[in-house]
Amino acid sequence: MKNILKTVYTLLLGFLPLAVLAQIDGEFVKPRSGKFLLQNATVVTITKGTLTNTSVLVENGKIAQIGANLSAGDAEVIDCTGMFVYPGMIDSGTRLGMVEVSSVPETVDYAEIGNVTPNMQALTTINPNAEAIGVTRVSGVTTVLAVPTGGLFPGTAALINLNGYTPDQMFGGFKAVVMNFPSSGRRGRFDRRSDDDIKKDAEKAMKEADEIWNNAKNYLELKNAGASLQYYPEMEHLSKVLTKELPLLIQVNAASDIQNAIKWIEGKDIQVIFSGVAEGWRVAEEIAKAGIPVITGPVQDLPTRQSDRYDAAYANAGKMAKAGVKVALRTDEEENVRNLPFHAAFAAAYGLGKDEAWKAVTINPAEIMGIADQYGSVEVGKRANLIVSTGDPFETRTQIMHVFIDGYRIPLSNRHIRLYQEFLERSPGLKAN
Amino acid sequence: MKKLTYILAAFLGLGLNLHAQTPKGSILIKNATVLTVTQGNQENTDVLVQDGVIKQIGKNLSAPSGVTTVDATGKYLMPGIIDAHSHVALDVVNEASSPITSEVRMKDVVNPFEIGIYRALAGGVTVSHAMHGSANVVGGQNATLKHRWGAKDPAEIIMQDAPRTIKFALGENPTRVHGRGNGIQPRTRMGVEAVLRNGFNEAIQYKKAWETYNSAKAQKGNNTPPPAYSERLQTLADILDGKIIIHCHSYRADEIYMLINVARDFGIKKLVFQHTNEGFKVAPEIAEYTMGASVFADWWAYKFEVYYSTAFNAAILHRNGAITSINSDSAELIRHLYHEAAKTQRYGGLTDDEALAMITINPARQLGIDDKVGSIEVGKQADLVIFEGHPLSSYAVPQMTFVDGIKYFDIKKDKDDQRQLVAATEMVEPIFLRADEEAHRCMQDVDAYFEAFQGAFLEEHKH
Repeated sequence: MKNILKTVYTLLLGFLPLAVLAQIDGEFVKPRSGKFLLQNATVVTITKGTLTNTSVLVENGKIAQIGANLSAGDAEVIDCTGMFVYPGMIDSGTRLGMVEVSSVPETVDYAEIGNVTPNMQALTTINPNAEAIGVTRVSGVTTVLAVPTGGLFPGTAALINLNGYTPDQMFGGFKAVVMNFPSSGRRGRFDRRSDDDIKKDAEKAMKEADEIWNNAKNYLELKNAGASLQYYPEMEHLSKVLTKELPLLIQVNAASDIQNAIKWIEGKDIQVIFSGVAEGWRVAEEIAKAGIPVITGPVQDLPTRQSDRYDAAYANAGKMAKAGVKVALRTDEEENVRNLPFHAAFAAAYGLGKDEAWKAVTINPAEIMGIADQYGSVEVGKRANLIVSTGDPFETRTQIMHVFIDGYRIPLSNRHIRLYQEFLERSPGLKAN
Repeated sequence: MKKLTYILAAFLGLGLNLHAQTPKGSILIKNATVLTVTQGNQENTDVLVQDGVIKQIGKNLSAPSGVTTVDATGKYLMPGIIDAHSHVALDVVNEASSPITSEVRMKDVVNPFEIGIYRALAGGVTVSHAMHGSANVVGGQNATLKHRWGAKDPAEIIMQDAPRTIKFALGENPTRVHGRGNGIQPRTRMGVEAVLRNGFNEAIQYKKAWETYNSAKAQKGNNTPPPAYSERLQTLADILDGKIIIHCHSYRADEIYMLINVARDFGIKKLVFQHTNEGFKVAPEIAEYTMGASVFADWWAYKFEVYYSTAFNAAILHRNGAITSINSDSAELIRHLYHEAAKTQRYGGLTDDEALAMITINPARQLGIDDKVGSIEVGKQADLVIFEGHPLSSYAVPQMTFVDGIKYFDIKKDKDDQRQLVAATEMVEPIFLRADEEAHRCMQDVDAYFEAFQGAFLEEHKH
């Protein structure tokens, strides 16, 4: 009897998959890896000029070959005649994947409590299935820096590629300890402190920053001397900046704060990147002289002062680049990181120029983050983060036709597109209740 | 005595005339690619403006004596951009003290000195719909503005010939402010419907009371006292009488559908939805029963009721026949609405004319001013923008902006500091570091209602 039951159960189990299939319509298109030949495109390499009638072979997640007459072999051929191949764009400052709905605190994971929390890892909180990731990558933005916010040292930022099922699969090989440089500016219209109070707060914060820095130095000295130290994760992480294991990403915006930050890092043997830098154009020469690379944005933003020209934020990147600053762009966005190409277009139109604007979302951030051997251009041996478009991806009329991340062919679908497919011609329409 | 009254009346009349006397210019714009929006594109074409009105569109026009010529060779000329949802040039935005505050008027809080007006002009925007906020179900009456930068009298930037409009709001904002903040109805979308139906029914009774009084008054020897006057109920009655266009802040399909049903029950036809992120789900209904939707190009996920949004919203609404416009609701976005409209080409493949209509003739229709502005046609008010590059290109740069034929923005003559008014007490100029806090003002001025809540409230909840 038992055996019969067993047989029945086994049979039933055998039928289960069929039963499930019967209840599901349609097919889900997943990202898939493979060998792809992007045939006969105009390839905008960024670093090695623009190549017409050129093909790109993607294999094992890398750009395997670039050339005029590549044989397809066993590769899947994607005809790109009349189309353009660009490197995937990099947004160098976002909260993508760290938040789902910004007004619902339960879904906001980018800002931890505390003033000194450099051990908070952005990578930990990345949700690979955040709705905004699928929405972002079809725009051609394939890689973003996820940056925690909050206190003076809010955490450690991480570069992620916008494909993968775990944060580690997405990790792009760059991290940086974030510092919100004490600000002498007003935080917005709801900041009702007096000028004196703002100044006092900034001085107090600066003093605190110095103390924390000295603590980190002491921690490292003691550690190097072999002292037995108590568990102190904050200092452990800050000391990674002192040993140059990680760079310090200093978020700083007001002109006087930028000057103070330049002074503050003088004599400190560390690797520094500035981020934000909204008033960089006021002190561009000083930033260039200090040799500090800059991640700036959003470009589509209001001027910081009422008296500024209306296009101060549009023109900021261009003015810094002209002064000799190495510039990368960021949106400082969460759900609308997809607008990076349009921020870049505005920077281009208001002084940066198209070529430099492209560099600011590809090779420049790659170089600033020390990952240019893998990212930022269409070159043999680099990761296959590629986009295929009908034209200039900075133009809204251009359609992105294919996206590859780490050699995975990304389905051009997300909730925004699915809703379009469902509701463009709704059925039932108006009548037929 | 009678004479004095006449003289007084004459003076008042004169005063009103002076009041309505806004500056008007004459200009000949030569050799542009004219994007008329309603009547196609015309290459190498001239547009002649006289006394603030478009007089002629054609080739080889010559300037009458005294009329300045602007050479627009190689450039594009389009109608002044119209923003159907803005809070620029308003000193306050929300009168949130009651779920219905239809008596308040944004015309009373217009600030012609706000730098945002100039910045909007620099983005080609000539008309904006200065709206009450979204803190209550029935907010205040809005003001339609013409961006006559430099005016010192608020009345001079108000578009006096625009019809009345009023702000309504559904969903999270009014339920949070009153239900959760004040402990009174509405706390839910059910309560929002009740506030609306109760309000309109009260207005019907109010109307009846006045009608009864007025007919009784006509009878001899009648000394019935008049009913108490209520600006609040009178305004609702004016909505029922079709004298005011409703512009309703809304996001979810269910609440949009609810208001359509309420409007149909009360015979209200002048209804425009604002934001309308889930409008695409009820696009056929919006198209059939309303004056359409004014939407964001791509904003979503900043609050829960916009989580199920799509950037294809404008395209779906338009393809279903709804009048659709793209608005800013932001001091930042208002500066590049041409670019926001262009996103309908990425998300839905709209044509140039369809995309441009979203920021010109369509918002004009929703504001009831499409007979005056919103396209380049002979007889319309000369609100015009000259662009370097096609306005739907991401690289487009506005060059000159005209309102009523007067040039208010010229990129070549732009000074660093364009402020009209600097406070004498201002010692150190404030630096606003995350300017977008400044940009979104739909929920401004409601913090007093949330002292019990955490202070972060306002920064968290935008629009």
